[in-house]
Amino acid sequence: MTSHVPVQTGERAIDPPARTAPTVVAAPPGLLRALLDAAPEAVLLCTAAEHTILLVNAAARELVPGLDAGASALATPLGGLARAVAEGQDAFTDEYDGRQLHGRRRPLDDHHYAWYLRDRTEEVTRTAAMDAERARTAFLAEAGRRLSASLHQRRCLRTTVDLAVAQMADAAVVVLPASRRQSEWMRLVTGGAVEEGSLRESMLAEVPGLVEALGGFPPVPSRWLDASQVPGWLLPADFGPVGALLVTPLPGNAEPAGALVLARRGEHAGFTPDDELLARIFAARAGAAISAAALYRDQVDTAAVLQADLLPPDLPQPDGVELIGSYQAARDGLRIGGDFYDVFGPTAQNDDTVVVLGDVCGTGPEAAVLTGKVRQTLRALRLVEAGPVQMLEVLNQALLQSGRRHRFVTLVVGAVGRTDHGRVRLTLASGGHPPPLVLRADGTVEEVPTSGTLIGVVSQTVVQPATVELAPGELCLLYSDGLTEARGGPSGTEHYGEHRLRDALSSCQSMPGAAAVERVRQLVSDWVHGGMRDDIAMLAVRAPARTPLSLRGGGAPIGSPFAIDARRADRRQRARP
Amino acid sequence: MTVFTTTGPRSLDDPDFADHFLGLVGDGDEYGAVEAVTELLDDGVPPQRIMVDLIGRTQGRVGELWAANEWSIAREHAATAISERALAAVAARIHVRPTRGRVTIACVDGEWHALPVRILAEMLRLDGWRVDFLGASVPGPHLVTHLHQTGPDAVALSCMIPTRLPRAHAAVTACRSAGVPVIAGGRGFGPGGRYAQKLGADAWAGTAQDAVERLARDWPPPIDDPYATAYLGDDEYTYLVRERATLVGTALRRLSAAYPDVARYDQRQRDATAEDIGHIVDFLAAARYVGEPAIFGDFVDWTRAVLQARGVPPPALAVGLRLIREQLTDLPQALRLLDDGLNRLR
Repeated sequence: MTSHVPVQTGERAIDPPARTAPTVVAAPPGLLRALLDAAPEAVLLCTAAEHTILLVNAAARELVPGLDAGASALATPLGGLARAVAEGQDAFTDEYDGRQLHGRRRPLDDHHYAWYLRDRTEEVTRTAAMDAERARTAFLAEAGRRLSASLHQRRCLRTTVDLAVAQMADAAVVVLPASRRQSEWMRLVTGGAVEEGSLRESMLAEVPGLVEALGGFPPVPSRWLDASQVPGWLLPADFGPVGALLVTPLPGNAEPAGALVLARRGEHAGFTPDDELLARIFAARAGAAISAAALYRDQVDTAAVLQADLLPPDLPQPDGVELIGSYQAARDGLRIGGDFYDVFGPTAQNDDTVVVLGDVCGTGPEAAVLTGKVRQTLRALRLVEAGPVQMLEVLNQALLQSGRRHRFVTLVVGAVGRTDHGRVRLTLASGGHPPPLVLRADGTVEEVPTSGTLIGVVSQTVVQPATVELAPGELCLLYSDGLTEARGGPSGTEHYGEHRLRDALSSCQSMPGAAAVERVRQLVSDWVHGGMRDDIAMLAVRAPARTPLSLRGGGAPIGSPFAIDARRADRRQRARP
Repeated sequence: MTVFTTTGPRSLDDPDFADHFLGLVGDGDEYGAVEAVTELLDDGVPPQRIMVDLIGRTQGRVGELWAANEWSIAREHAATAISERALAAVAARIHVRPTRGRVTIACVDGEWHALPVRILAEMLRLDGWRVDFLGASVPGPHLVTHLHQTGPDAVALSCMIPTRLPRAHAAVTACRSAGVPVIAGGRGFGPGGRYAQKLGADAWAGTAQDAVERLARDWPPPIDDPYATAYLGDDEYTYLVRERATLVGTALRRLSAAYPDVARYDQRQRDATAEDIGHIVDFLAAARYVGEPAIFGDFVDWTRAVLQARGVPPPALAVGLRLIREQLTDLPQALRLLDDGLNRLR
């Protein structure tokens, strides 16, 4: 630093005289030769006309031993140089004796030019290693993203073989640990489609290294695995001879989640130590995803078994009565909650069908478990021929005696039977539940006058039952308060309310039962603007509208419920005597 | 008084047949409708044709009749229910062993038009897919739970009304992040499915046949980064959604002040008016969310036609648009949409 300023100053001082009076001193040729030999860069001096090499410095001789002065540049041991000279190129890159060489040509005067050669081996190796590392990192990041996406095991397996074939091999097979002496597998070959199947546990030993990998032993290096020992069933028949095989364990939850078998085609194929390391890191991620998916599947299966009795039942369709249920759980992923309904068909002693709809305090799994108990108790009571009122009384005692406090339930129980002329009779009893609504044929909506105390709170229940009759086409709706208490509307906070429910029901006049229930659901959903906060259960009992006479081929006029509409809308083609 | 006999037109190519069938579903004649499709099947008509050319087309006419105020909403719902029964009768006769993958079909949250996707479900079953039909208005979390549990190869997502697009977008992104590609369908995704692409859907199909054909070739497509399209909308969208209650409430108050008749509305009429004004805000928000002015323009045109069929003149809708317009000051894009809407009503 300190010497910098004086030099600049000095240059400025001596510059003008140097230009006006240049001093040329000719160096002796031997000295120039020594100068060139001492330079670290390889230099060749050639004639422009004949391309004869006049001079080869020491660095050039060391880099390419066969270069000699007097020979032609067109016939050097360095093929890239000869080609560049022949084609008149000013640069070339070539590999010589394992070194990456780069040459540049510089004209010197009209009759001579020089080649300057550089050894770029290290640079090229470093770049290649960096590119490979970058590709591996990108691959592992992509693998991590895609493997973590799904909790479904088949999808995880699929993603595993997809990724493996895209990056590491010509074929990939994932083999899962044997269960009941069978091992499931999934396979993908470049350009093919995913295949899957299962095989006998005893066959696993036929694949070199597979039993060890599934047994949780350390991975066997690829070079120790004899690719020619691969059994025919592992890969498709048209895959051809396997050149290299790599079997990597997929680590799981304290025991292997499976094994990843990679195969490369061709005689000279192989897996380098870097390949093996990458496969091991990839397998760790794939194994984690596959075992997490297995864990999720086990829990879902368990939950499904436990939930089975808590889900709304498939409704029977007794003769002459239409039953429609609808259930929407607040926690959508779970599909169970504190609202419930059930239907018990006729018994040997009793022709009536019993319908129940209720609501236990709370939501989610705890509430759902209680609904299961309530439903089971009612089912048993039904068999001892209890009427709706008795069922509520006994249920009340049962809940009180279960010893747990603050577990109460509100519900409506109804006995449904047919009377004459297609009419349906319902005897309903409410235990602290909103009274059911009846939609009459003329579109009016009535409340069923039944009332009663909450079930499971006080020892003495007071229940006021009521009986209603439905004419054909009329409908009785049992519902939970999640319906009327749904918050929404213009302000977003207003309850849907019984008034709106009655209006909604009234607009369902003459609809088939399923359409009516769906419409009420839709109107409430529109009201809350999506995002239900509470469970909603509905159970509709309907006396079916009379079968149209046209079906019997009678040809008598039918009273279409939409007769006025129909006449107005379809005057064109419709009148057929 | 109309009368039907069992000997209606028998062939699907008979122009009277469509009217005959429309009459059956319109009268809630489940047995007649089921009998009609059963006879067609017996005559060897391919079930695909019955589902698409008869049931699907009839449903389209039902919608038109409602829009033209020729059919009541109750009759529309009843007809749809009968169409579903007829479809179920066709489906009950189909037995195809699944040879392809598995597909999940759902209507987006808040979307209740289930018949078109029900037809799609049966068409895909016929084509050898294993189909899980989740039905109308499927909340996003429910859909995603289902995907993790069943691991399908595709989700077919239906949206008929553009106001559901933000929720459709959330569902599309969630499905794709769970590694399942999405094929979108339904009018809500715009002409030619233009909006579907913005929402990141992997494919779009205009009809059930198109969807069947699209899923039959090079499916699944590779899924790129699902979060590349995860964020849409702007500050105007956010404002419109967050202030919806205030905008609608204020509009209703001013409406009552300006029109004494409105002040005397009963609850049902008030709810209906609030819903209409809410629609204006919802469609504005949807247009801002997707960045497509056509969503709002189409809404104005469609609403005008529906209102006109019910004897309501265009100025009534213009009043609604102005009531929202005068509350929005710093929202230049939304104002432009409202001005364009008002121009359409001139």
